[in-house]
Amino acid sequence: MSEILTKSRARNIFYGGSMFFIVVFVLMTIHSHNYVVKVSTAGMPLSPEVILGKHVWERHSCINCHTLHGEGAYFAPELGNVMTRWGVLDNAEDAYITLDGWMAAQPSGIEGRRQMPHFEITPEEMRGLAEFLRWADQTDTQGWPPTDAG
Amino acid sequence: MKYQSQKVAYAYFLVAMGLFGIQVLGGLLAGWVYISPNTLSELLPFHIIRMIHTNALIVWLLLGFFGAAYFLVPEEAEREIWSVKLAYLQLVILVVGTLGAVIGYVFRIHGGREFLEQPLWVKFGILVAAVIFLLNISMTVLAGRKTAITGVLLTGLWLLSLLWIFAFINPDNLSLDKMYWWFVIHLWVEGTWELVMAAILAFLMLKLTGVDREVVEKWLYVIVATALFSGILGTGHHFYWIGLPAYWQWTGSIFSAFEVVPFFAMMAFAFIMVWKGRRNHPNKAALLWALGSATVAFFGAGVWGFLHTFHGVNFYTHGTQITAAHGHLAFYGAYVAMNLAIITYAMPLLRGRAPYNQVLNMVSFWLMTGGMAFMTFVLTFAGTIQTHMQRIVGDYYMDVQDQLGLFYVMRFGAGIAVVLGAILFIYSQVVVRREVITPDTMPEPEGNVA
Repeated sequence: MSEILTKSRARNIFYGGSMFFIVVFVLMTIHSHNYVVKVSTAGMPLSPEVILGKHVWERHSCINCHTLHGEGAYFAPELGNVMTRWGVLDNAEDAYITLDGWMAAQPSGIEGRRQMPHFEITPEEMRGLAEFLRWADQTDTQGWPPTDAG
Repeated sequence: MKYQSQKVAYAYFLVAMGLFGIQVLGGLLAGWVYISPNTLSELLPFHIIRMIHTNALIVWLLLGFFGAAYFLVPEEAEREIWSVKLAYLQLVILVVGTLGAVIGYVFRIHGGREFLEQPLWVKFGILVAAVIFLLNISMTVLAGRKTAITGVLLTGLWLLSLLWIFAFINPDNLSLDKMYWWFVIHLWVEGTWELVMAAILAFLMLKLTGVDREVVEKWLYVIVATALFSGILGTGHHFYWIGLPAYWQWTGSIFSAFEVVPFFAMMAFAFIMVWKGRRNHPNKAALLWALGSATVAFFGAGVWGFLHTFHGVNFYTHGTQITAAHGHLAFYGAYVAMNLAIITYAMPLLRGRAPYNQVLNMVSFWLMTGGMAFMTFVLTFAGTIQTHMQRIVGDYYMDVQDQLGLFYVMRFGAGIAVVLGAILFIYSQVVVRREVITPDTMPEPEGNVA
């Protein structure tokens, strides 16, 4: 092996091969970007409400307790399909009322239960958050999660 | 210490160890909240604790890498560092940014993309620090001897800094946000960081075993080639369920299955070098950490990653305690342990004292490694039960969590061992000047072919 694979050959394989895989990866990324915009998330418009909701989601760092499409912290339930779980995916008003009611009841203060903090969220922001979660829920995630439990 | 400017690494390592302490204490507190959920639930809620835990980890590992580069590049390039002042300025920027971020988190000032929660000014600070670092190290290397170790190290550090650009790109479309987010997260830890890790390992093998540079560097190229050939398209294993095309399922499964190869190669490399090497280096603790890192990385990143990387398996395990188990052992083995290895190697030289036997340091290795292994096992069991109950039976999340209490108690116990190990490690590096064990109280080692 030592005669066929010299150090300089190994170096050339490393740099050349890496360049090849980077190019392939970039091409697949471009295709995936278009697929996301035109296919998998096209079921519901990316409205100003949804975008506001995403900012609310980020400002309160929800991802550091919950998962969203399975990514995040594992301390609290999956929220990518929470609107399906609540049975309000197709109704914006019901989604808002259910979410608002849930958030108002936090923290529960029950001893020995995981506590969700109280967050200052205006009614407009709460509507945005509900729309954001509905938007995430209608994304085509290749059939994931396997059950409505998330 | 051959070059005066290597002393810069000392400051980097001290700050890194300080943040390491904060990181494990944050982890311990988070583990306690799983057992006693009302703890600090209003004052310091779980999501804040977790941000401190993960962010402190990332920053201290980067500081360790920077310190390692400032330590090993002068020896490799046979030059003093281009600018010592810039190196300290870089450290000051990073310390101010980190303290600003952590204090901000406590007062609920943060972003909301996982691991990238730093406020914008801190992200810019990191960018500026990275540019200073790359300039400084590149100028040093360009002026001096160019080796494969510095070449691979610089390639890794340049690429990881370039990928940081994606920390600033946050599309309104959640699926796009997630895709570009992985450009930082995955291509760091399963790509560019592996280059840094392999370069540090190669440097340590060169110093500790005395094996010929030609052999070490050829291994290095093979290792990093397998890392990037598998890791770049292996990004696909994060693209299964976030709204991306179905072809990522096969692409991700096939290529990420090979991500075990570079970790196996690093483990094989380390052991073969030690076996072939004729040098009997007195710093046994550094050797223990180097071999331990390569081994635990193989299990944590390689085997535990392989466990749930195929899309047919990941469909059920995605986002459960299985992921947490893998994440903990992978980070510990690959990056925590390799940082502690270079720190263990460098500190006696930086502080101008003989390495002695570093018994306390070696005890800390077994405490931390044992603790992390146990933590990984119990989280894997918890994740298996969770996967079955939640993903197959369909029981609700909190109902399932209520069944996992025992595992979380055991995880907390493992966490105590890790924290004690970390404290012992820091103590052994910073405080201990001389150990009381003298050679004549030690049994004569057998079969020592020095």
